[in-house]
Amino acid sequence: MVMELARPRPIWQIMFSTHHTDVGLLYLITSLAFMFMGGALALSIRAELFFPGAQIIGDAMTFNRIFTVHGTTLIFLFILPFASAVGNYFVPIMVRYKDMAYPKLNAIAFWMIPPAGALIWLGFADFTWYATPPYSVISAPGPAADMWIFGLKILGVSSILGAINFIVTILKCKHPDMPISKVPLLAWSFLSSSLIVLVALPTFAAALLMLLTDRLGASGFFNPAVGGDPIAYAHLFWFTFHPEVYVLVIPAIGMMYEIIPRFSRKPIFSASSGIAAFVLLSIVGFASWAHHMYATGMSFTEKTVFMVGTLAAVPASAMHVFNFLATMWGGRIRFSTPMLWAVGGIALFFSAGAGGVVNSAMPLDFVTHDSYWVVGHFHLFVMGTILFGSVGYLYYMFPYVTGRMYNERLGNIHFVLSFVGTVMVFFTQHVLGLFGMPRRVYDYPPIPEWIAMNQIASVGAMIIGVSMVIFLANMLHSTARGRPADMDDPWGLGAKYYYPYERKNPQH
Amino acid sequence: MSGHSNFPEWVYIGVVVALLCWVGAEAWNVERIVEHIPEDAELIKVTGQQWFWTFEHEDGTKRIGELRVEAGKAYRFEITSKDVIHSFNIHDYVVLLDAVPGRVNTVWFAPMEAGEHDIQCREYCGLIHYNMRGKLIVEEAA
Ligand code: HEM
Ligand SMILES: [Cu+2]
Ligand SMILES: [Cu+2]
Repeated sequence: MVMELARPRPIWQIMFSTHHTDVGLLYLITSLAFMFMGGALALSIRAELFFPGAQIIGDAMTFNRIFTVHGTTLIFLFILPFASAVGNYFVPIMVRYKDMAYPKLNAIAFWMIPPAGALIWLGFADFTWYATPPYSVISAPGPAADMWIFGLKILGVSSILGAINFIVTILKCKHPDMPISKVPLLAWSFLSSSLIVLVALPTFAAALLMLLTDRLGASGFFNPAVGGDPIAYAHLFWFTFHPEVYVLVIPAIGMMYEIIPRFSRKPIFSASSGIAAFVLLSIVGFASWAHHMYATGMSFTEKTVFMVGTLAAVPASAMHVFNFLATMWGGRIRFSTPMLWAVGGIALFFSAGAGGVVNSAMPLDFVTHDSYWVVGHFHLFVMGTILFGSVGYLYYMFPYVTGRMYNERLGNIHFVLSFVGTVMVFFTQHVLGLFGMPRRVYDYPPIPEWIAMNQIASVGAMIIGVSMVIFLANMLHSTARGRPADMDDPWGLGAKYYYPYERKNPQH
Repeated sequence: MSGHSNFPEWVYIGVVVALLCWVGAEAWNVERIVEHIPEDAELIKVTGQQWFWTFEHEDGTKRIGELRVEAGKAYRFEITSKDVIHSFNIHDYVVLLDAVPGRVNTVWFAPMEAGEHDIQCREYCGLIHYNMRGKLIVEEAA
């Protein structure tokens, strides 16, 4: 099952393959490439904000384009494809099937990503990752805006195709001897997140088309000048994207469910609790979208309903944290690189959730909304939880993919630097938000507290940047020259704790 | 399930749910109180447009980028926008509400002490969003 890097194949054989591990590899490499590209944009944002006044970015428009493409890239071109990479590799193996249910559809879903990425990067739109009208309709410069809309449209279709494939693979192709309750939690995470995609995504797909026709002047759904309502867009957008945040986080939680029991050398505390939490989250997650819209002028009753809906989703996330800690409790834990990332991710997940509760409480949201607090909040999820879970899993699957071992010491350094950097950037940004700094600003007045906190955040970002260079070097070097892994037990945990899934013959 | 007791997990979930109920109830109560606009609040019309704020008082005085009020009085802002969505924010007084074209949103505040505070835009609105700033000047009661 080792991706035959030891026995190289010509690249086009991988590119034109529909085998799930090949498609998984394509997803993996693409997502990592976009992670580095999007990360570079983040560093330029942090460099610009190191001092008030213009620093390295010449004008506000360029800055606005940079943070827009940064966010779009990391959500849609890194997190989602990375999850698909892991799902492609492991879901068929976990349900003991030879491939994904629809291999060609699988390859098509992947091949929609590069053109979409090209549209987003070549256009370089400026209207933020949520393209709010009427700005996006009457003010955002084309063709960048239109290219972004088409790019997202393509990514949406790709997500839906991928989701259908995962659902059918898990529900219909799993081995007949395997009851659904025995399907590993990682596969369960893909089942729940794919179901969310199917229910949530069409709404945004519709909104994108309406946005496009509005831009073309053919309609005025969101344009108040011709009787439309921009708040309607916000509802459509968040009806998709609040659930979508769970689409992003659930696979990462699933990855932690693989790592934590292995390296604690204990079974999961309660698999059924994990499954229950996934299912609960995918249902209750639909009741909270308008917590992003308290400040749009909603009535007291509407706000209350969505606050209750938001708080109702919290126990499901809390159950995962409990499950992780209870699994580790009394285990013979080995803090190898994947475990470090998973445990660090749990700590940040918990902090992020606590901040989320603050956002949900209506009066407090009027302090935090659209300030740097929110930037800190969701980055503790997207970076602290999702990237941490994903990177941990990448180290975990590294021997599986390459047949080689990564450098453990560099992996540890990567973790420590990233963890310190993440805390420095995003905890500080919470406080900066409490001090009132708005998000999405190219420049800010020289308020001493703001300057100090921006500088702490920028230094933290540079530390993360350094750690990512180390990561890249480690991956490249170890893929080519790493020592061959002991494929039965790469971390010396005692073989029975390693991959419980059958190896398959790569010669499909 | 591995034969262990799930009792601690239920206790934990109970504690989490209780905490959430408490947060929710407090938030509900506080929001209910702060949203109650006093009868005698004086009206100020706030208009956002790319990239400045206009303030119009009941007596017809109009100022751009500068809001003058008196300490000890209550004010009701009627906020709207002429072009795209902005968000009217006086962070020091936790005044925050979107300026949406085609809608009028209402929020109130009552400054207690004389002083100067920043007004800013908290919703991305294009090129000069970062500098869509103004000043709130609270004067001693006459
Ligand atoms: C599970 C993973 C989560 C992710 C990936 C996530 C992500 C996000 C994102 C991307 C935003 C900001 C969007 C924007 O304005 O650009 C956001 C805002 C928000 N999140 Fe989360 N979130 C997560 C969990 C939570 C939880 C558990 C809660 C509540 C307990 C929560 C409550 C909120 C609230 C109320 C806001 C709106 C804040 C504001 O704009 O004023 N989030 N989240
Ligand atoms: Cu949300
Ligand atoms: Cu603005």
